[in-house]
Amino acid sequence: MRFGGLTAIAGVSFQAHPNQITAIIGPNGAGKTTLFNCLTGFYRPSAGRITLNGLPLERLADHQIARQARIARTFQNIRLFPMMTVLENLMVARHAPLMKASLFSVAGLLGLKRYRDAEADAIEVARRWLDRFDLTAFADTEAGALPHGKQRHLEIARALCTDPVLLCLDEPAAGLNPRETAELTERLADLRRTDDIAMLLIEHDMSVVMGVSDHIVVLDHGRKIAEGSPFEIKRDPAVIRAYLGETDDEALPPDVAGDVAC
Amino acid sequence: MLARLKSALLAGLAAALLGLPLLGFRLTDSATGLSLALRPWWVAAAFGVVMAGRFVMDGLRLPDIQFQAPHDIRRQAGLGLTLFAALLPLLPFAGRNVVDMATMVLIYVMLGWGLNIVVGLAGLLDLGFVAFYAVGAYSYALFAQYFHLSFWICLPLAGMLAALFGLVLGFPVLRLRGDYLAIVTLGFGEMIRQVLLNWQSLTGGPRGLSGIPRPTLFGVTFTPEARVIFLYYVILGLALMVNLLALRLRRLPIGRAWEALREDEIACRSLGLNPTLLKLSAFATGAMCAGLAGSFFATRQGFISPESFTFMESAVILAIVVLGGMGSQIGIVLAAVLLVGLPEWFREFQQYRMLAFGIVMVLIMLWRPSGLLSARAPSIRLGPAP
Ligand SMILES: Nc1ncnc2c1ncn2[C@@H]1O[C@H](COP(=O)(O)OP(=O)(O)O)[C@@H](O)[C@H]1O
Ligand SMILES: [Mg+2]
Repeated sequence: MRFGGLTAIAGVSFQAHPNQITAIIGPNGAGKTTLFNCLTGFYRPSAGRITLNGLPLERLADHQIARQARIARTFQNIRLFPMMTVLENLMVARHAPLMKASLFSVAGLLGLKRYRDAEADAIEVARRWLDRFDLTAFADTEAGALPHGKQRHLEIARALCTDPVLLCLDEPAAGLNPRETAELTERLADLRRTDDIAMLLIEHDMSVVMGVSDHIVVLDHGRKIAEGSPFEIKRDPAVIRAYLGETDDEALPPDVAGDVAC
Repeated sequence: MLARLKSALLAGLAAALLGLPLLGFRLTDSATGLSLALRPWWVAAAFGVVMAGRFVMDGLRLPDIQFQAPHDIRRQAGLGLTLFAALLPLLPFAGRNVVDMATMVLIYVMLGWGLNIVVGLAGLLDLGFVAFYAVGAYSYALFAQYFHLSFWICLPLAGMLAALFGLVLGFPVLRLRGDYLAIVTLGFGEMIRQVLLNWQSLTGGPRGLSGIPRPTLFGVTFTPEARVIFLYYVILGLALMVNLLALRLRRLPIGRAWEALREDEIACRSLGLNPTLLKLSAFATGAMCAGLAGSFFATRQGFISPESFTFMESAVILAIVVLGGMGSQIGIVLAAVLLVGLPEWFREFQQYRMLAFGIVMVLIMLWRPSGLLSARAPSIRLGPAP
């Protein structure tokens, strides 16, 4: 993917598997978000191919990717429907099946049973995810009125509501306090255990990354510089160099920093 | 206090500066030809009035009155209003004039409800809404003239034709939003009017079309007195139908998707919603409502010309939606009464109509920037309604 003269990502390849979390880490500007944008169709790669279970993703529009390839995502800056309630946010994620059941609104306008049943099903799916993310008490609250931590959870629940096979999370712990971060880590671990979803996780917080990922891909300047288990990555010299190249101490993974020091 | 004086002085100066070209000069027609006369006192008056106004305004804490009426009360208010509207022609004070005026107001209520689907729900700012109203009116007039079709057959045809125009407008503006969208739709409205003005052989150009047949009911024709009441009930029925459609659509996946589109298009895409289809369907649905209203307008007037479909009409309809509080059906009724009903009533003050219009808009924007009634009711709940 190129923007003018800048090559944002090139030649990155990796695999994701159901019931596994693949973390993507790297310094700011490494191209992590751009990778998600290519994957989910928000950017069209300047060259190359992306496939998921044989589907050529680079040829599909963003909304087709969400529906046909069943890839769901969250955003680095939360993107909810702030004036709508929490439940409505989740119902929007069930748009495709509901639209079909409402026969493009005709059956819905006539109030046919076929549509009412589908709506009840959708509410049931939404309620299940609300329960899993402790949001049931907020179901009828405006999404924009929720505290930041709850908004992050809601965004993930909404993505899950589309029934994805691949879930892409872009810095879900950004802006969370330590307690909320721990809660999130636990949720992710729980998802990995019980749902057959492959997950990609971009995250700067190393406690989350090291805590839940099965596999880590490290990007720097748009290239994959390392890949492996959390244990291997912690010790990889290329990774340590990439992070030391950063002036921003915050981005330094604590474990890596520790290793450098000794 | 000093800050208040300073702000008042600044506002006064701004008014004087604006007033200089607008009020300060006057063309006078004298024996020697046109000459320019200076009116410094007018500018001074503008300065004084605005300064004093600003000073008082800053001092007054305008109360932010919240009409947070619970939803069941709103429902009752809606039912009450509907009942009142249904009985209006039977009330003792309702003479022919009152019913006629109520008919006019109802046309705008219907247009407001239609535009609200586009602007309030889908968040697409449409300044050319009157174009679809015109399409509806002309299609009824032309169908009746050339094919001698009755009003009741032309009505759905006009609605469909207007919806088709909505799609046609939708395509070129799919990529635009906000201000850009507003400007292109404004241009589209003007284009339609220019076509109506210049396609003389079909539309009669500026002379318009006359002799448009009046509606009948199962072949029954009405005396002029009875017709006023009949027309009133027709528009009441049409308006209520649009209201029901809007309320129902809002609770369906399409309506929630429109609202989601208004809130965040990118998030919509990530959830598999196709923004193209959503925008086109919103434009088409709104346009259909305008088309129905348009063909009613044609049959009521018996005469239409491009005069009736100027940008001013679009502006009034949009003002009704914004004033009413986007998304509030009753708010739109109130705003339509305020902006269309009252000016009709005070016919004698016709020349001050725009002034009053402006004052009302400024007051509302100061006092309730989100419209008269603006609380949003959720389209679906998990728990019981509060
Ligand atoms: N739409 C865009 N236009 C131009 N440059 C972009 C665009 N999106 C991202 N970039 C550039 O691509 C590089 C990678 O950005 P990004 O993927 O956001 O990094 P991060 O790893 O921090 O998420 C950065 O240098 C960024 O400036
Ligand atoms: Mg990023």
